[in-house]
Amino acid sequence: MATTATPRTADAAGVSLTTARRNTVTASWVAFKALLLRDLTVLRKQLNEFLPRTLLQPFLLVFVFTYVFPKIGQGVGGGTGPVAESAFATLLVAGVVGITILFQGIQSVALPMVQEFGYTKEIEDRVLAPLPVSLVALGKVTSGAIQGLIAALLVFPIAAVVPANDVHLEFNWPVVLTLVPLACITSSALGLTFGTRFEPRTVPMMFGVIVIPLTFLGCVYYSWTALGPIKIWGFSWLKWLVLVNPLVYMSEGFRGAFTTADHMSLAVVYLALAGFAALFLYLGINGFKKRVLS
Amino acid sequence: MPADDAGTSDSAREGEVIRTEGLTKVFPGGVKAVDNLDLSLRRGEIFGLLGPNGAGKTTTVGMLTSMVIPTEGSAVVGGVDVIAHPALAKQAIGVVPQTNTLDRSLSVEENLYFHGRFFGMSARDAKTEATRLLEKFWLTDRASAEVLELSGGMAQRLMVARAVMHRPAILFLDEPTAGLDPQSRIALWQILHELHAEGQTILLTTHYMEEADQLCNRVAIMDHGRILALDTPGALKRGVGADTIVTVSADGHLDELAGLLEARVPGVTNAKRVDSTVQLLATGSKGVLPAVVTAAEQGGFTVTDLSLAEPTLETVFINLTGKELRD
Repeated sequence: MATTATPRTADAAGVSLTTARRNTVTASWVAFKALLLRDLTVLRKQLNEFLPRTLLQPFLLVFVFTYVFPKIGQGVGGGTGPVAESAFATLLVAGVVGITILFQGIQSVALPMVQEFGYTKEIEDRVLAPLPVSLVALGKVTSGAIQGLIAALLVFPIAAVVPANDVHLEFNWPVVLTLVPLACITSSALGLTFGTRFEPRTVPMMFGVIVIPLTFLGCVYYSWTALGPIKIWGFSWLKWLVLVNPLVYMSEGFRGAFTTADHMSLAVVYLALAGFAALFLYLGINGFKKRVLS
Repeated sequence: MPADDAGTSDSAREGEVIRTEGLTKVFPGGVKAVDNLDLSLRRGEIFGLLGPNGAGKTTTVGMLTSMVIPTEGSAVVGGVDVIAHPALAKQAIGVVPQTNTLDRSLSVEENLYFHGRFFGMSARDAKTEATRLLEKFWLTDRASAEVLELSGGMAQRLMVARAVMHRPAILFLDEPTAGLDPQSRIALWQILHELHAEGQTILLTTHYMEEADQLCNRVAIMDHGRILALDTPGALKRGVGADTIVTVSADGHLDELAGLLEARVPGVTNAKRVDSTVQLLATGSKGVLPAVVTAAEQGGFTVTDLSLAEPTLETVFINLTGKELRD
């Protein structure tokens, strides 16, 4: 059957629309929005997975530390009695919101991406969408950040209501409205960095060696200013060591944003989180490009 | 960026959908996967890259679809320089990759719908077009199924539907029927024939010579990153210079047998050992088989199997490389 090619007038058949090519900027913006729409559709479809994975850990944290412990008379946060317990619950609210946002970055960006790069390759169709590859990566960060925001909104009431004793909230709205989104972007960008660097095989290691230390040393259960007394040769080593952990700035920043608890200077918090966001975006987008292009 | 005409090559000839010059890819470690490739695809044709695994076919498709960055050379696809303006070029490209890259988090219909949205279709158009394509690709009753529930053949059809959803100037298929059962393969061929009839330009890679022969208007035979021959399947086969291929299995020293048969059997233009057989190219099939048996037996060989066939693209490949396509 093979014969010489018989070129046809493709446009007449309505198949080839090369002439109708759109401006790259417009096409990229439209594709970017569609990528977000895809991610949010998937989120909606998987709400039955999103809710438990998002809510259970913070709920248990708050439930055990600020409900069970006071009820059974076990002291946490340096004391027993309503005043100490209330102070601890207040401290923990901010930490719990921070840890929730950090985990969203891992769960909604890093883990799916490890899967997609490792086994399914299904990201390829999105990479072939008519926008620069770096924007596909940025789209992932954006939808991850939106999921972090939703998670924070869901978790905050739990953290504020579950404790047996009063939580002292005091909203600094300008800070809340800027710092929460910044923390979401930082976490999501961290997720992108991890997602492009870990293999399916090394995911347990990502949790064991990075995520768990980040959460335990993230000033979630204690305030950064309180770490001073931990010293070797007169040097508050832990207080300085934990500064490499982005979660520290989220927990501390949120203390300033919606509680009366002591906290690190907000200027430092903003500067550090913006720095981490820039670093992780750089590493994540470059890692993404390296994984999809050869 | 002034995008509208960015990268549009003035030198792009009328009716030319792909043009590459000196396209080369050397992977880190020094492996030259594609070596100085010059290609030109005409609008509306089905073009096949035929070659064994590792010939550089997938790398070529990767470079033409902006996923592999060439080391040297140029590639213009749909009038756009792919290397300089990948995001723009992607508008003109539809890809069916080797592996199943369907979005497992979405249903069958949603896979099409969102693909359409990525390419700028309105919600309504994407929905209408998804419905039309599901119908056309016999997937309507699976519209709301999960992607993982699809058989291999259905998944492949859905990937083709997705790739043509945005009406690309050129559709790439990388080993589209590898791993498909014969029935699904034929169904896919039928679909490609239909798309071709509608004017779709198609570039496919394959290591099945029947596929290249059946489907393609023109075939480039590729090995070690280079194009060894490029023509219509008919012309390639005629280029062998024989109309009959005789395959002889026998005991004994096969290179010796090849020499013997080439010298003694009338009409044989070429004889060589290919794996554990001797392959003869002959003009005129009449009387060849008895002559082969007689000559072999006179030479002290026992013929264990003998077959006669017309030249295929496999013959062309063996002639060019001295090896079989599928080794």
